[in-house]
Amino acid sequence: MRYLPLTSSDRAEMLAAIGAPSIDALFADVPEPARLQGPLDLPRAMGEIEVERAISSMAARNVAAGSVPFFIGAGVYRHHIPAAVDHLIQRGEFLTSYTPYQPEIAQGTLQYLFEFQTQVALLTGMEVANASLYDGATACVEAVMMANRITGRRKAVLSGQLHPHYREVCETYARFVGFAVDAQHPIPGGEDLAALVDRDTSCVVVQNPDFFGEVRDYSELAQRCHEAGTLLVIVVTEILSLGAIRAPGEMGADIVAAEGQSLGNALNFGGPHVGLFATRDKFVRQMPGRLVGQTTDAAGRRGWVLTLSTREQHIRREKATSNICTNSGLCSLAFTIHLALLGETGLKRLACLNHAAAVKLAERIEAVPGVRLVNRAFFNEFAVRLPRPASEVVDRLAERGILAGVPASRFYPSRNELADLLLVAATELTTDADIDRLEGGLREMLS
Amino acid sequence: MNDWSRAVSARRGDDLAPPIDSVTGNRGLQIEEALIFEQDSPGHCGVDLPEPAPFRSRLGGLERQGPIGLPGISEPQIVRHFTRLSQKNYAIDTGLYPLGSCTMKHNPRLNEKLARLPGFADIHPLQPVKTVPGALALIDTLAHWLKTLTGLPAIALSPAAGAHGELCGIMAIRAALEARGDRRARVLVPESAHGTNPATAAACGYAVDPIPADETGRVDRAALEAKLGTDVAALMLTNPNTCGLFEREMIDIAAAVHAAGAFFYCDGANFNAIVGRVRPADLGIDCMHLNLHKTFSTPHGGGGPGSGPVALAASLAPYAPLPWIVHGSDGLELIEHKSGPAEHSLGRLKGFHGQMGMFVRALAYMMSHGSDGLRQVAEDAVLNANYLRARLADDLSLPFPGVCMHEVLFDDRFLKDTGVTTLDFAKALIDEGYHPMTMYFPLIVHGAMLIEPTETESKALLDWFISVMKRLAAVARAGDAARFRSAPEFTPRHRLDETAAARKPVLRWRPEPARREAAD
Amino acid sequence: MSLLRFTRDHEWIRLDGDFAVVGITDYAQSQLGDVVYVELPEIGRRVDQGKEAAVVESVKAASEVYAPASGEVVEVNDALAADPAKVNADAMGEGWFLKLRLADAKELDGLLDEEAYRKFVEEQH
Repeated sequence: MRYLPLTSSDRAEMLAAIGAPSIDALFADVPEPARLQGPLDLPRAMGEIEVERAISSMAARNVAAGSVPFFIGAGVYRHHIPAAVDHLIQRGEFLTSYTPYQPEIAQGTLQYLFEFQTQVALLTGMEVANASLYDGATACVEAVMMANRITGRRKAVLSGQLHPHYREVCETYARFVGFAVDAQHPIPGGEDLAALVDRDTSCVVVQNPDFFGEVRDYSELAQRCHEAGTLLVIVVTEILSLGAIRAPGEMGADIVAAEGQSLGNALNFGGPHVGLFATRDKFVRQMPGRLVGQTTDAAGRRGWVLTLSTREQHIRREKATSNICTNSGLCSLAFTIHLALLGETGLKRLACLNHAAAVKLAERIEAVPGVRLVNRAFFNEFAVRLPRPASEVVDRLAERGILAGVPASRFYPSRNELADLLLVAATELTTDADIDRLEGGLREMLS
Repeated sequence: MNDWSRAVSARRGDDLAPPIDSVTGNRGLQIEEALIFEQDSPGHCGVDLPEPAPFRSRLGGLERQGPIGLPGISEPQIVRHFTRLSQKNYAIDTGLYPLGSCTMKHNPRLNEKLARLPGFADIHPLQPVKTVPGALALIDTLAHWLKTLTGLPAIALSPAAGAHGELCGIMAIRAALEARGDRRARVLVPESAHGTNPATAAACGYAVDPIPADETGRVDRAALEAKLGTDVAALMLTNPNTCGLFEREMIDIAAAVHAAGAFFYCDGANFNAIVGRVRPADLGIDCMHLNLHKTFSTPHGGGGPGSGPVALAASLAPYAPLPWIVHGSDGLELIEHKSGPAEHSLGRLKGFHGQMGMFVRALAYMMSHGSDGLRQVAEDAVLNANYLRARLADDLSLPFPGVCMHEVLFDDRFLKDTGVTTLDFAKALIDEGYHPMTMYFPLIVHGAMLIEPTETESKALLDWFISVMKRLAAVARAGDAARFRSAPEFTPRHRLDETAAARKPVLRWRPEPARREAAD
Repeated sequence: MSLLRFTRDHEWIRLDGDFAVVGITDYAQSQLGDVVYVELPEIGRRVDQGKEAAVVESVKAASEVYAPASGEVVEVNDALAADPAKVNADAMGEGWFLKLRLADAKELDGLLDEEAYRKFVEEQH
């Protein structure tokens, strides 16, 4: 068996050295009723050819996004990943290395994480960032819990325009960890969150661009929050937007919780992705997750280490800021490499291309009779109202080989007022031919 | 002999010059690599993108003003930068990681190839479900394997890592208790447990009650049973435990826990010792998280991503987090809301469906081994650890003599009066070309050294490792403490000042003040 | 005349009139290693004897500091924010943590005096 190097003569020699009569003797502590006599009812070992065949046949049954006109976003975005990214992350020294607890032999990981933390801080306009969390949704709830710790309050106000999965994760944690969440209704349009802030509010959580793609300035909300001793958390689900729109830090955000998948990471059916987390220097000791810090070694040379670990579970145990152990490792490396390749000019141009594609798409489908654009402003995703339930339109267009976006009803099945709402995204990969197909499909279906 | 070979053969030990410093600070293949921010060539770009045609912006006047501050670098430089960084890392691909409780086994490359198939990598979680039947099939197949291996009837696949899975398990337990109107306040956790266990219990509002170990290194059953009561929600146990020992009395402990109306959570980090030989359900547990990045070979990637599915007994299955994949009348269905069979679900713990990329890798691994191969994995893992135990018992010190499972625990008694600590010993091991073992964990033993070789190490490699360990132990006892305290010598960096890093945290690069002013 | 007492958790308390100064002992700082951060309570906070009043962090450990006596926090040692190393250098003096207005000075009667504490530490080895 190709992954098991021991031969039967090895095993015999080793048992002799141990002084055990058989391998079963080494399992003697297992109580009799729990000992399995033989292999379980699962397929036996398969060679590489067979495994490839079995798994590839499952993959072949799926419609890959790149094979059809594709307009789905809603928190996960299809972008082009430069070839160099995937090659570099597959170097064995990155792919198969462990968490950098022994810094002398992990400077590669530690240095890139330091670069990652800097990139995230710069992108979000904040002062300090951690070395990543699992994803945007868990980053969001960690932000709420951090705001609770900082303010000593236990109620979070959530915008109705926050991604519903992020809201749901906050609601789950609220119930079991013990805090309150005041989630607003998802109405595409303005809401008056400042009016909901009181002395029990630890934070207000908004998303920009929001779930319906709207882009807003939250500076005034930030001010109103701060006057009440409340923190402002800004969530970003399309990190690429920060190449074009004003950063959350510039609007007065206290914590930024974001999804970094758009840079370096494929769709992957929703995971693994990479959560980004940034805040102000004064809150750094309340930040969850791993942190890499700069220092010097015994020879006086610059180097990096994991630091401020006493916040974490393996030391504080019951009193940890979070129970988090793993971060997103390789996904954060992919993010770092992709963003390093893009640089200042590349990121801005890529963001511009995304917005341009969305503007063109909006113009074309706005012109389809019956279609009404909801957004005042948008980056690469927007919402349209259709004269028929959006889920029907999406299903019928899928049958014709067009993945036309996400109906809001997929997230809100019982909200009739959202049944006609469709979320549509465009990126630098959206072609004119794709837009033609979508426009044509919509015209046909809605005439 | 020509001039060249004469010049080469003329170098003998005696006339070798003393060590020099290079001009650059580089040491051959080890390059001192600056940060990307220090290699900025403004205007450079490592990606060629087309110029967008003019268009009317619809950003609502919220255009980003001013520079972001990201460096511009060409592709060749970027490739070189990250390649050089990689060369400063130790990895499974370069050598043994004897890290207890981490299961650093070989990461098969077939898994990487299959995870990258467009049919898995290039599908969106929100595509109409009819367009991704193969994805649901893969997830369902993985679920079937994990349920069969654990013996439990249900599995939650969305938790993103082991700690996340623990949270899922404890939340499910609390949901089940609340559903029967039972509010309990305490969770029992052995003192030897991994820090995530008490952190998770505390996060869910439980008071953590520690249970000591007995003299054999196993949980003290009498102490445990004395602490059971109607206010205990759960016992969290790791089996095999963090000392590498099988908790022999698990079935009786489970009976006692259930008699008290509590749930039995098993931390499955050490599943590699028993996979295919023991079904955790047969030990009486109610839920157990698995680490796909441990037992099931998905790569550690320098710290992630992981995946922590949670197997659940029937009593906890109704509370499993969303989404659920169920067998419907028309094939596999994806349930994304608390409705139908999932109406009592505890809700979402994560966005979207879970770590699909890790599911593909883990299933490829499982299929490659099969039920017979997986059973062999556990046997070889346990054999390798006991071989190390038997061969090193006289050179190091064993707090718990007797058979171990897939990992062996030593303490620092063998270093007594040498002036060498567990930490120093570990750093010296680095100079010999090995990653250190797990140190100072579990906390119940002084100066712990927990060694887990895994089944993917050959006997020859183990023999070599054993000889190095014997040698180092002998050198320590001979009194050469200084050599240990200055270790490691041959690595890209010597010991780093962690105190300074924590006292004055520098957590990002910042431009020099003069440059900052110019940028403003 | 100031009264100095010790706890079995290695805190010291020095009574000066109505106020008491609290810190951790030299033995405690040597066990902790390099102190990197001290988390001090807010002025005005009430602490109870034996309950957590502060947290002291080294690189690898975080330790609770328990109040040797009950009272109200009237002052904290702000110098420790910039220079936590003072706890290592002078644990009994410049490394002090906080000052309390005592609720009940008699609570100090149950604590160890200097000689008793010295013996207690010896027994630890």
